[in-house]
Amino acid sequence: MNADVVREVFFWGVGAIMVIAALRVVTTQNVVHAALYLVGTLMGAAALYVLLLAEFVAWAQVLIYVGAVVVLMLFGLMLTRAPIGKANYDNSQRPLAAVVAAVLFGVMSWILIDAFSGTELELAGENAPRTQDIGAVIFSSYVWPFEIVSVLLLAALIGAVMIARRDEPEADKEVGS
Amino acid sequence: MRDYYAQYVTIGIFAIVAAVLVVGTLQLSRLLRPSHPTAEKLTTYESGIDPIGAGWAQTSVRYYVYALLFVIFDVEAVFLFPWATVFESLGTQAFVEMVIFVGILALALLYAIKKRLLEWL
Repeated sequence: MNADVVREVFFWGVGAIMVIAALRVVTTQNVVHAALYLVGTLMGAAALYVLLLAEFVAWAQVLIYVGAVVVLMLFGLMLTRAPIGKANYDNSQRPLAAVVAAVLFGVMSWILIDAFSGTELELAGENAPRTQDIGAVIFSSYVWPFEIVSVLLLAALIGAVMIARRDEPEADKEVGS
Repeated sequence: MRDYYAQYVTIGIFAIVAAVLVVGTLQLSRLLRPSHPTAEKLTTYESGIDPIGAGWAQTSVRYYVYALLFVIFDVEAVFLFPWATVFESLGTQAFVEMVIFVGILALALLYAIKKRLLEWL
């Protein structure tokens, strides 16, 4: 009983932090700050996964989203949007965007409430799948998808190499470009 | 179950202590030190070359390869955790699977090296 209360308090606390960070992502004037607030939101999601006993998902979230995706976002900003600073990204489409966002929020909320309203899920407790169970499944039943992931990553890196390569490695005149 | 949450409480306490230590020592030194800022003192390198332009500059696209290499080996690291937990029970099979996986990713690294993208200009 007492543990349930602690869990509930933790859930709403993390939820509040996530909502505040998510609002700051879209309201801040500085795109780099937006990326850092996104880290806060994603870390909150990881904390909720830990709370739900999904340890592997939580740490994958930290490594992939907080580590990799945000790094790619920041690099994308540094490569394209420099100089970065306070900027006003508003334009005349603001009211239309607000309507679209409100409708999307309404539809998604309605679908979620319609599908799960009143459903109570038991926390898996002692039977929660551990990292070991996930590993056993990946390396026995899902070997091919796992190996194909490496080919996908290979394709991603070759794409990056094609973007970044110098056409004539010998020619020094391109240095610094 | 209790142990599970207990270990995260330990991590949480550790994180709080780390945050308090950083903020606390910085605030404490702020209380103790004199503060007489001048324009020269506030430049990035007080006794160095005067900075030119804004702090944010567009970076070369070459750094994108480093970012993507990090992402790729980050994803690989995520798969290493479940692999390590089942390595003993699956034995050779798991080993071969991971060697193939890492081998394909090593091809990407070799390609980047071959294209001389990892050399400093």
